[in-house]
Amino acid sequence: MTTHAQQDLPFPGLAGVPEADAPQTRKDFASDQEVRWCPGCGDYAVLAAVQGFLPQLGLRKENIVFVSGIGCSSRFPYYLDTYGMHSIHGRAPAIATGLAVTRPDLSVWVVTGDGDALSIGGNHLVHALRRNVNVTILLFNNRVYGLTKGQYSPTSELGKVTKSTPFGSVDAPLDPVRLALGAEATFVARTIDSDRQHLTEVLTAAAAHRGAALVEILQNCPVFNDGAFDALKSKDSAADSIVRLVEGAPVRFGAPGEDGLGARAVVREPASGMLRVVDQVAADDEVVVHDPQDVATAFALAGMSASGAAAPTPVGIFRQVQRPTYDDLVREQSRQAGWGETDREAGLEDLLHGGDTWSVA
Amino acid sequence: MTLTESTDGDLGEAARTAVVDVADVVVRFAGDSGDGMQLTGGRFTQETARLGNDLATLPNFPAEIRAPQGTLAGVSSFQIHFAGRQVRTPGDSPDVLVAMNPAALRANVGDLRPGATVIVDSHDFTGRSLAKAGYATDPLDDGTLGHLDVQAVDMTALTVEAVRPFGLSRKDAARTKNMFALGLVSWMYGRPVDGTVAFVKQRFARTPELRDANVAALRAGWNYGETTEAFAVTYRVKPAATPPGTYRTITGNTALSYGLVAAGVRSGLTVFAGAYPITPASDILHELSKHKALGVTTVQAEDEIAAVGAALGASYGGALGVTTTSGPGLALKAETIGLAVMLELPLVVVDVQRGGPSTGLPTKTEQADLLQALHGRNGEAPVPVVAPRSPADCFDAALEAARIAVTYRTPVLLLSDGYLANGSEPWLLPATEALPVIDPAFADGPNDGVSFLPYLRDPGTLARPWAVPGTPGLEHRIGGLEKADRTGDISYDPANHDFMVRTRQAKVERIAASLPPLEVDDPSGDATVLVVGWGSTYGPIGGACQRLREEGWRVAHVHLRHLNPLPPGLGELLHRYDRVVVPEMNLGQLSRLLRAEHLIDARSVTSVRGLPFATEELAGELEHHLREACS
Ligand code: SF4
Repeated sequence: MTTHAQQDLPFPGLAGVPEADAPQTRKDFASDQEVRWCPGCGDYAVLAAVQGFLPQLGLRKENIVFVSGIGCSSRFPYYLDTYGMHSIHGRAPAIATGLAVTRPDLSVWVVTGDGDALSIGGNHLVHALRRNVNVTILLFNNRVYGLTKGQYSPTSELGKVTKSTPFGSVDAPLDPVRLALGAEATFVARTIDSDRQHLTEVLTAAAAHRGAALVEILQNCPVFNDGAFDALKSKDSAADSIVRLVEGAPVRFGAPGEDGLGARAVVREPASGMLRVVDQVAADDEVVVHDPQDVATAFALAGMSASGAAAPTPVGIFRQVQRPTYDDLVREQSRQAGWGETDREAGLEDLLHGGDTWSVA
Repeated sequence: MTLTESTDGDLGEAARTAVVDVADVVVRFAGDSGDGMQLTGGRFTQETARLGNDLATLPNFPAEIRAPQGTLAGVSSFQIHFAGRQVRTPGDSPDVLVAMNPAALRANVGDLRPGATVIVDSHDFTGRSLAKAGYATDPLDDGTLGHLDVQAVDMTALTVEAVRPFGLSRKDAARTKNMFALGLVSWMYGRPVDGTVAFVKQRFARTPELRDANVAALRAGWNYGETTEAFAVTYRVKPAATPPGTYRTITGNTALSYGLVAAGVRSGLTVFAGAYPITPASDILHELSKHKALGVTTVQAEDEIAAVGAALGASYGGALGVTTTSGPGLALKAETIGLAVMLELPLVVVDVQRGGPSTGLPTKTEQADLLQALHGRNGEAPVPVVAPRSPADCFDAALEAARIAVTYRTPVLLLSDGYLANGSEPWLLPATEALPVIDPAFADGPNDGVSFLPYLRDPGTLARPWAVPGTPGLEHRIGGLEKADRTGDISYDPANHDFMVRTRQAKVERIAASLPPLEVDDPSGDATVLVVGWGSTYGPIGGACQRLREEGWRVAHVHLRHLNPLPPGLGELLHRYDRVVVPEMNLGQLSRLLRAEHLIDARSVTSVRGLPFATEELAGELEHHLREACS
């Protein structure tokens, strides 16, 4: 059995997970269960992308685990022929933490949604991220509660009319990317269900990352929130709506200008250091060059989309930095304490006899 | 004999005072939270244990970390009952109260019987301190303590004087007065102090002046008893006749932690404990976190829910998942325990019960989580419940909980309580090789011809296979949705749900077949009244029954380790007696269960004062039932 060594790129995140003996195909990862999302649901595209991408990792499929919470997307594990647990509402990151800490030979994935991860399970998400547990979290954001049939979610926009907000929501929405950055997540990305190539690229980078990776997937719910991301998908508006973040590249978007790059750009005000969108980039503009190490800029970029559905929405990897993972540190402490080298029976004997003892003849 | 440097704690009996033999003694040390009463009591316990007395202890401390000094709210105490015979409880009423300030006196004096001894540090019996404690007049002068043998000693001044050579600040010097008190009481009861001298030397190894001062204060206390005429007698409590072997004293929380470590060793599993700090369970997390070398991993989770979630995740991966909490935390964990019922994975949930509801009485004891443990989940979610009956028994109970969890693939609730958690007693150390072996019996291949069915059960135990990730060919999905029998696929089929609900229940009931026969304590064999208890009431009930028998009553006692399933033969046993009485530190939860399960007119005796039953009081209640049953 061979395993990835941590320094063997491209998947240091998977160091310690045994490799498959033979090449795999997407079929190897399809379970025998009938997929039961609504027709046209964005979840199908994500499932297809994941099934198509898992063979690239070259892992033994019995060493892959998907843990989900509750919601439409949390049915995901049933459709993958790996190990899987469809747990309870919001708690998947906690369950995955216990699994990841005790099993370094597993590739652990969390599948969750905007309600599951940001509302009922907000606490666990924050703590999994700040601890930097080596898990990859796929957060399907359709900005609505689908499974319970159409209430507003923590990412729904202000004023949204739903079954539970007939007069419009007065709840301020939460941005998962900025939440994750605030929680000191070491890998934070956003992608879109309909862009298979981008989705696969981001998933690949997330799998390669050692530590907690949060991937927000903008996902259409055609039944309860259809068209929530149309601006990002339609041919007419996509160029102006999607801001692709690529490491080392200037943050440009919109219809191409003279240099072939987008005419619009995110520039930094020389005086204040503030970021601002310009519609026509000028020669002396200080265009921001994307640096996933720079958390302050990542936070500012993520804020661009806060002004509403029509606002330019950055996608790609906002942040990627290296920091020791919680589970690696826990195991290292145990190793230093003598885990695996101590005779447990003898150690137990010593423990019991370790206090102030006396004998009765 | 006077204690000097050269004797270094090797102390014989006092020569000039009379020595009186006593069968058993209850001593309570009481002082301000900052006075070190728990440490003093702990050292006195060690000394007493080494002399071979049987003993039981009861610490009692405020929930506040540092309540205002000198107030009733800030009083912390430690009670020890020791004897030359079997000791069942920490004792109802102290024979000796050591009170380090007016508040400690006022908070405890009401518990004393006439003639009891009070050794009081008279130093702070001045206007302001008396007022803080709520005394209008000085109780040492006003005659209100006339029924007691009061020994007022200015321990603070004597201590400060004794430690003068070591150059401490006055405050630090006065802080060693607990050692003075310990020395004095040790002298009174002929307890050697060499263990404490060694302890102090180790504890203060880096601060020689504190080390020397503490030793000096200890000796000063001893010498005070020895040389003054104030104390006319010392007492001798002979060693108890106990089975041969090696002993140590142990608290319930430590024993429970060791039991979990042992369960890991005896099953070969990693022990994974997820916990969120909560009184009085936190010490289990503290203890477990020390034992990484023995295969224990601890995670201090972000909340109670994450703690049990992480434990369940670890169990899914093939570890022994454990989560430790108290009542409020158990309420939060309910949904995850329900998931564990559905997933049919091993999980040990420890609830160290405290006074409730809500935040209740965090540092006090109660048994009011029984029905929460049994029923506190949505749906039909049966969970086995195991309860230890004494501090040392927490070790065996933890092993038993782990055995059931692993063998039957189920969450198990281990119901300790605040009294067991912090109380201590001598523990005859078990031979580790004689501890039960727990077989995880992981699934390693197909169980149905060529295919693997995750919900195909063992016909004997009804347990499903434990197939952990990483096992090739057994990839499967589980979850909280109802499972189809055998395949574990999602199923909404009415007949299947009905079958699965009944099967999960039947699996838990099957555990009864693995339980040892009930042991009934009925020395005469013809008792007409049966006292049924569970958990930490073991000591008080045993003590009360013993007292009643000494008075000629015939009374039987059975103590339940398993609350779910109830042990086989219990129904028959209950029906054999004219009356069944159930003492509990709640409003009658077990009695309600026995009534429901066995159609018996169980009589409830209840107390919810945050303290264990007092033996005398309980004996009185039981006597009332005995009289009624006999008439
Ligand atoms: S309700 Fe929406 S999110 Fe859920 S399955 Fe249907 S389309 Fe997908």
